[in-house]
Amino acid sequence: MSYRLGVDVGGTFTDVLLVHETSGAMHTAKVPSTPSDSSIGVLRGIERVCAHAGIDPTDISHVMHGTTVATNTVLTGSGARVGLVTTQGYRQVLQIARSFVPGGLGGWVIYQKSEPMAPLELTIEADERVGARGDVVRPLDEAALRVALANLREQGVEALTVCLINAFANGAHEQRVREIAREVMPGVPVSISSDVIPEMQEYERTVTTVANSYVRPKVETYVRNLEAEIGRRMGNARLRILRSDGGLASSDAAANYPVKLLMSGPAGGVSGAIWVGLNAGFPNLLTFDMGGTSTDVALVQDGRAKLRRETTVGDVTVRASSIDVRTVGAGGGSIAHVPALTRALRVGPQSAGAEPGPAAYRKGGTLPTVTDANVVLGYLPQVARLGGDLEIDVGLAEAAVQLIADALGVSLPTAAEGIYNIVNENMYGALRLVSVEQGFDPRDFALMAFGGAGPLHANALGRLLGAWPVIIPLGPGVLCAYGDATTSVREESSRTYVRRFTEADADGFRAALAELAAAGAQALDAEGVPRAEQRTGFEVDVRYHGQGLLLAVPATPADADDGFRALAARFDALHEQLFTFTLDTEHEFVNLRAVVEAQPPRISARRIDSGTADASAALAGEQRVRIDGAPHTARIYERAKLRAGNRVAGPAIVTQMDTTTLILPGHAGEVDAHGNILIRPEV
Amino acid sequence: MPARLIETGQALQRVPVDSITLDILENALKNARFEMDAVLFRTAMSPGIREQHDEFPLIANRDGKMIVGQFGSFIHGFVDAYDGTIEDGDVFLTTDPYSCRGAISHANDWLVLLPVFKDGRLIAWGAMFGHMTDIGGKVPGSLPTDARQIYEEGIVVPPVKIYRRGELQDELLKVILHNCRLPHWNRSDFNAIVAACRTAGRRCVELSRRFGDDVFYSAMEDLLDRNRRAMHALIQQSIPERKQTFEDYICDDGMGMGPYRIACTMWREGEKVIFDFAGTDPQSVGSINFYLNEEMFKMFCGVFMIMVFDPQIMFNDGFYDLMEVRIPAGSLLKPRHPAALSCRTHALGRIFDVISGLLGQGNPDFLCAAGFSDSPHLMYSGYDRNGEWFQLFQIGFGGIPGKPFGDGADGHSLWPNFTNVPNEFLEAYFPLRIETYETIADSGGAGRHRGGNALRVAYRFLEPGEISIHDDRWLTYPWGVNGGAPGRRSRKVLQRVDGSHEILPSKCDRIRVQEHDLLLFETWGGGGWGDPLAREPELVARDVRRGLLTREGADAYGVVLADDGHVDAAATTALRAARTASRPPAGVFARGGSLDELKARCLLETGLPPPLPPSAPRMPRPPRTS
Repeated sequence: MSYRLGVDVGGTFTDVLLVHETSGAMHTAKVPSTPSDSSIGVLRGIERVCAHAGIDPTDISHVMHGTTVATNTVLTGSGARVGLVTTQGYRQVLQIARSFVPGGLGGWVIYQKSEPMAPLELTIEADERVGARGDVVRPLDEAALRVALANLREQGVEALTVCLINAFANGAHEQRVREIAREVMPGVPVSISSDVIPEMQEYERTVTTVANSYVRPKVETYVRNLEAEIGRRMGNARLRILRSDGGLASSDAAANYPVKLLMSGPAGGVSGAIWVGLNAGFPNLLTFDMGGTSTDVALVQDGRAKLRRETTVGDVTVRASSIDVRTVGAGGGSIAHVPALTRALRVGPQSAGAEPGPAAYRKGGTLPTVTDANVVLGYLPQVARLGGDLEIDVGLAEAAVQLIADALGVSLPTAAEGIYNIVNENMYGALRLVSVEQGFDPRDFALMAFGGAGPLHANALGRLLGAWPVIIPLGPGVLCAYGDATTSVREESSRTYVRRFTEADADGFRAALAELAAAGAQALDAEGVPRAEQRTGFEVDVRYHGQGLLLAVPATPADADDGFRALAARFDALHEQLFTFTLDTEHEFVNLRAVVEAQPPRISARRIDSGTADASAALAGEQRVRIDGAPHTARIYERAKLRAGNRVAGPAIVTQMDTTTLILPGHAGEVDAHGNILIRPEV
Repeated sequence: MPARLIETGQALQRVPVDSITLDILENALKNARFEMDAVLFRTAMSPGIREQHDEFPLIANRDGKMIVGQFGSFIHGFVDAYDGTIEDGDVFLTTDPYSCRGAISHANDWLVLLPVFKDGRLIAWGAMFGHMTDIGGKVPGSLPTDARQIYEEGIVVPPVKIYRRGELQDELLKVILHNCRLPHWNRSDFNAIVAACRTAGRRCVELSRRFGDDVFYSAMEDLLDRNRRAMHALIQQSIPERKQTFEDYICDDGMGMGPYRIACTMWREGEKVIFDFAGTDPQSVGSINFYLNEEMFKMFCGVFMIMVFDPQIMFNDGFYDLMEVRIPAGSLLKPRHPAALSCRTHALGRIFDVISGLLGQGNPDFLCAAGFSDSPHLMYSGYDRNGEWFQLFQIGFGGIPGKPFGDGADGHSLWPNFTNVPNEFLEAYFPLRIETYETIADSGGAGRHRGGNALRVAYRFLEPGEISIHDDRWLTYPWGVNGGAPGRRSRKVLQRVDGSHEILPSKCDRIRVQEHDLLLFETWGGGGWGDPLAREPELVARDVRRGLLTREGADAYGVVLADDGHVDAAATTALRAARTASRPPAGVFARGGSLDELKARCLLETGLPPPLPPSAPRMPRPPRTS
């Protein structure tokens, strides 16, 4: 008997999903999250699901986990006291921060720069220099370094970062600094830039490596504790952590390179959406995860999420691959307001959060939120009872939204619809960023909505985008845990390889790719993935010589055979698609990458009982709603009673414990074999 | 004769637009403008545009009024001056400041204008200008300090159709590129700018389709009205009717003369503010002239007011009729053709200090100190050992001023979106090594909110070549306000490989450098804001610990530090009390001395002789009007 277990830790609940590796049988459990030490909630959830399924914890072979520990450490500023070693002359690299001032013309007037993650008083310089081609210009002064490091130790540094100029070309000095640091300050974890991110650009490399140090002690402690507990309870189960790029990492890799976990949480949701989408027959998706304070969106093509080469959390941007998830400050708790001078209606980014929350929740909130607008419009009926126990107070919601109506001089329903439309527009903007602005037509994609608030806004967004069907998965709340349980181990190895196509020799190119593939394969060997189950793919970052952008183009060693002509043509086509022109300038390699991954587990999705097109068995009542400026009567359905094949015509509201779905007039939702609701316009 | 617009189909109608649709359209246009940036940064080739983001996009309504953007619309000037038709598929290019009333202010800035047509009707404009690294002329980089006429500054393109009804005029482009030292950069930067404008065009057409042409048209009008209402209130609140005057200086013209005065008087008459530059010095014989477009100046002022008083307001061109700008012809800010213009960056930057002083002196709580009001340049070019031409164009950064809202950042940019070119990138692509990249301790003006520190960059040259430098504020100080001290001035030192030192002038061309010579390029600090004796002593101690301030520098704050670096509270209180009792009252502005005093101490303090008073050049007669 062998089970896989996916665990997702959210702000409120920890979701656990148990999957039998061969039969695909599943069990889920939901327990409250334990923010002070999230591993407590994780372990409780595991106990609960095992009891529920009647299995012994030792039957679990793999525990897959998406964690927000790294993210929260950055967002709450609760990371380690980080020391930094730079090359002489570069101590202020983070202070200067590429001289960038956000906010447009005059933005400096109100700009307050945040403190770097490695304080300047804990930054020291090493007397050494490596040239741009990796040549040693000046050897490392080890004696001076020992003195400076000893001083840092006295100041209580908890993690050390080394980022020296041109270390992407030659990491020898950084390695030597690490050796010395281990002698001078034993026990302090050392991150070196040539190891974490061997890429050109000193500021970005420094920030990334410092971020790694900053979150490392917390993540390491968390992972090690969890691993030990899992070992104690489940014997040989392997713990794997979901990385920002949607691949799984071993617990060792996660502990050493936690900067790659900053988007682990959102990656779980997207991975889950991919799995649901593939099972439902939709490999091309726009995903849309709307929570209380923000919305995450991403694009999935052919069952793969688009990646980007950087990760942003709060105002920290690091060079680490992540699923290209864009976040907007638009959620159910987003506050609507009308600035006095312009009298424009704005929604967010301020949020009422969980406390005091929307006015309708009776927790003391008085400011109008998106949820309050939804209540006023009738989209959240009394029977919906969010999360099963939250009661909705229509009067309080109306009083709050009335503030907006008064400020704008319009009626209450008009104000509520205004809020609904503006917040939709903000999310539409984010969805355009990942689609239209990357050269993709949203009409070629289905829209998958999840998160507590997503399904209320999904139909409206589908209409704006022309993306059909809109898919509401059966368990929008446990989608992340699905993602954790169903993804595979993946290892990416890369190197900088700056040369023009005409300068790159074929043998060298093939050898470089082979070397990268071998490194990835070894990492998977260590994970116990047999070679037969490993798949290797290559990608190269290319640009026109002199350009700043990099476009990742799929490649193979055989691309060297025709002098890279076919590769150049693929790059040109991509450039044309994105930017409407090509250049007759020479092409240039920048990075080479091998991606080695294990075959994804073959887990089949659960099917629900089937019925006919008639959904009346699930009918639970009626509700007055306002849609597109007109009153309507919507039918209310219970999700749990819907059967495969049922057809729900709009206007309709579908309620379930963790979300509420709105189907607009002129649209209908069809329930598929797996319980997903597929909403399409009626013809 | 103004341009003739060729349209088919009936005129657009002004219709009512509900406020929510208006907000949606405003946001969508804002996103489209950021998308223009994104397309440009990713596809341009010169580090100047690609990394430093020396470019300015906008989307305007059919009348050419900016709805989203930064520098205000420059389309009017172009339409008025262009003698020809505007048709669907046309794309215009100009690089001539004199042909577009200063919409761009030197010929390095290439301005592309794209009229957006839908169903035969003009619905909007997408436009953008970007700084080209080289446009030919007498020096690499095309910013000759000693030019006396614009003809010496490289190729100047009058307004032309570079695409005529969708067809690229490639022979014309060929002629232009043929005159540039790095034509492949110009070509790809040009392509990138056009691609960005096309993006704006596509988005406008999509929005117009989605909401209806009349609604799209009317919404733009409403957005202009909305901004005008907000600005009207702001002007009434913050601009007094009594006259206020402020003046600041460009230290020299690179030809031995200076300082040049920029003076501006501001007052309100009813709902209108008047800015009068009477008292500004005549144009220079050299290239530091800045052809200031009146509308652009309005936008600078409007944006500054919005940032200081109410950052919630979205700015556009709607408020232009609430401001009137008077600039004397033949002055430094409205030179007569064919005066040289290439090195206008100093006056362009200094205008922001003038605005800050002018608007702030009546509202000292909102007054910011003088900032890093320039973008100093370094050029380095030559043939490397393989005979390949290299040409570097670098922009420098410095201290953001102390301001009511807090300290100025160290070594940052006053220009929107500008970033440095990564040093590792420079070392990989140019024959140089950057040995020091740090801010200069004590260079920010002391104040309750201190000015940001200047930047020191040490360039080790690895091939013989020539360098050019363009900087300022080496003689006059970046002033402090409300009791704050001025920031430190700029300085350039060349340490020759033979051991000799040379103080280089702030503006110079064709300085020969040898392999392994070292250039110390030091910019200037921001002025301080408020009484330094009122600064939180712990912040002073922290800056000392961080090396941003020396122990000696802490003295300006009246803070006494113990040997371990902690604040000696008792000694600090005593010292501050004694200083407070003995000092004269501070004025609003601290300029570090009068011009005569600065000139008298010039050689001693800067190592350079003081400039001679500017002599007004013999002017070309004003153009005849028929």
